[in-house]
Amino acid sequence: MRLCGESDGDAGAGFSEVLLTVERNAQSALGVAFERVEKRYGGLFALRRVSLRIEPGEFVALFGPNGSGKTTLLRMAALLVRPSAGRVYHPGAENLSSEAVRRQIGLVGHKTLAYDELSARENLIFFARLYGLENPAERAEEALSAVGLGKRAGDAASTFSRGMRQRLAIARALVTEPRLLLFDEPATGLDRQGREWLDETFQTLHRSGATLVISTHDEALAALAGRSVWLQGGRMIRDSAGEPAPLAPEARS
Amino acid sequence: MMLGKAAWNLAWWAVAIGLGFAGYAIFFIAPRELTMGSIQRIFYFHAATGISAYLCFFLSFLASIGYLASRQPRWDWMAVSTAEVGLAFDTVVLITGPIWAKPVWGTWWVWDARLTLAFIVELLYIAYLLLRRLSTEMDRRGMISAVFGIFAFLDVPLAYFSVRWWRTEHPGPVIAGGPNSGLDPRMWHVFAFTWLALLALMILMIRDRYRLEAMRQTVSEWKAEEELGVEMAEGKEVTQ
Amino acid sequence: MSLVRSASTVLAKELRIELRTHDLTNTIFFFVLMIAGLFSFAFSPTAAESRRILPGLVWMAFFFAGTLMLQLCFVREQTNDTLAALRLAPIDPFAILLGKILANFAFLAATEIIFVPIFSVFYNVSVGEVIGRLLLVLFLGTFGLAVVGTVFSAMAAQARMRELLLPLLLLPVLAPVLIAGVEATGELLAAGHSVGQMWVSMLAGFDVIFTTATWLLSGYLVEE
Repeated sequence: MRLCGESDGDAGAGFSEVLLTVERNAQSALGVAFERVEKRYGGLFALRRVSLRIEPGEFVALFGPNGSGKTTLLRMAALLVRPSAGRVYHPGAENLSSEAVRRQIGLVGHKTLAYDELSARENLIFFARLYGLENPAERAEEALSAVGLGKRAGDAASTFSRGMRQRLAIARALVTEPRLLLFDEPATGLDRQGREWLDETFQTLHRSGATLVISTHDEALAALAGRSVWLQGGRMIRDSAGEPAPLAPEARS
Repeated sequence: MMLGKAAWNLAWWAVAIGLGFAGYAIFFIAPRELTMGSIQRIFYFHAATGISAYLCFFLSFLASIGYLASRQPRWDWMAVSTAEVGLAFDTVVLITGPIWAKPVWGTWWVWDARLTLAFIVELLYIAYLLLRRLSTEMDRRGMISAVFGIFAFLDVPLAYFSVRWWRTEHPGPVIAGGPNSGLDPRMWHVFAFTWLALLALMILMIRDRYRLEAMRQTVSEWKAEEELGVEMAEGKEVTQ
Repeated sequence: MSLVRSASTVLAKELRIELRTHDLTNTIFFFVLMIAGLFSFAFSPTAAESRRILPGLVWMAFFFAGTLMLQLCFVREQTNDTLAALRLAPIDPFAILLGKILANFAFLAATEIIFVPIFSVFYNVSVGEVIGRLLLVLFLGTFGLAVVGTVFSAMAAQARMRELLLPLLLLPVLAPVLIAGVEATGELLAAGHSVGQMWVSMLAGFDVIFTTATWLLSGYLVEE
């Protein structure tokens, strides 16, 4: 595939390789479900009684104003935040240990989740090692060329522009080949070209069978995603899939 | 907590009377100590407060473990209540210590083992309260202060042995020491009574402090509800 | 993935960053050097006085330097939310702390190896005969500092005024290490050959107790 805004020649080849592996795992992709979930920070509610089931392979856009609980919901799906009440589980991973579930979750947050002092390559090798993957160096190269950072792989992350940092953040999440991908406002700070590249990346990942949950302010993404969910004040106020019955992927148009 | 308001008021009065009687007993019932003289009478209050303080810190330690195990806020309230009351009692120890030390050892402050320990413990639990005060995230505050509460209490025996090996000028174990130590039976009774009165005071203080913490929690929840209610009433649009 | 492998991956990452930036080691190196000088100006000790105050001076210098260094330990992980990245990984949370503890220990221990001779020259106290035992005592105490300091650094990272908070949390807990370390060092410098069994076991006991506690509580420490 062609990556918008990138002249990097090796980009396409690397990306499809990564996608092939994601695809390989796709049969058993990972969903995420919230059952009457609450999160309180002291007296403040970040989430109130949210029930939401995202099936393996779905592509969901998460809308809501700042402070509506989108970030908390995503971090909860990534097992970073524990619910104060309610339950979070991952459909398609019922029989897996929590460590095995973690292994299959990728998160792209507001920040890069990568070390400024290290080069892009060193960052990815470090995380691949931490996940106990084989051939961390190869994986790092693949993921970097997939996001079009192949030529800057040796440069320290601190020298990267906003757009490149976002690409690094995505590469960092993809290097471990997750089956559930969580993006927290990934378009922030990207120019139009970057956004187009991002949309295309989402579509490719979705086609490969991975589950995608993306929080965003960008209304256009609703068109790409099969399902849209709106949050406000920590409550789920709308779900395009209709409540409460979750729809199987093939039942959606 | 089942008792009514009147019963608790009564309990406060009973403790006040009990402490008053303890004061009377210390001065008029307990015999005069031979070598130290009347100043020894401060022992009843000093030692009993000290024991109560360490008991508080032990309770705080248990409550911290309880919080980590259950994540129920009430354990966190219990941990902070016991730590604060313990700190108050420990402060009394640090004040009565020098009053006793001045006539007996000739100086207000001596880096004697048990006074030093009381001092280190005071620092540990001031740090505990500071950590709570400066922690911004409430959920995390409970978690990290519980961990600190556990670390602080684990440090107490280490501090005890290090200061003991370091130096000891304290009156040797008076209560359960060798054959010639030990208290006169009347002294024993006065000490036991004083300690019981202080124990009751400690329980009442912990209980009141615990209720205060519980109320704070309720108020902050109300505030949050109200803010949210206002937000909803204003009908803020969903930014898309 | 085993605890040892993931902890050493974290350790290697810490060392790599430090070798590249030298932020932490430069800070503690300069700090200890400064204390070594300033203390002499403040007290202008005679040879006999030097021998007496040196143990306390060495330990205080390393404690404060350690506190200064440890403040950066978890704050660094917040800049880009890399702590979340570490927590996302399918590893034991103790591995994250252990990797950092070992890294902090390594930085402090390296500084100590350099500074023992410097202190010895500045204060005219010969340490040649006891250098091995002296370093053993220093390392035992420093490991305790690294364990408790790393844990408290994780605690303080999200609090207000964390720069002030860390020493306030850390130094009271380290009181037993300070007492035992200073006494043991004093015995080594004065008597020369023997060091009190009880002080060494106090230092080792502190390390064992708090490493165990950290292991048991690590899950709570890295939570958000």
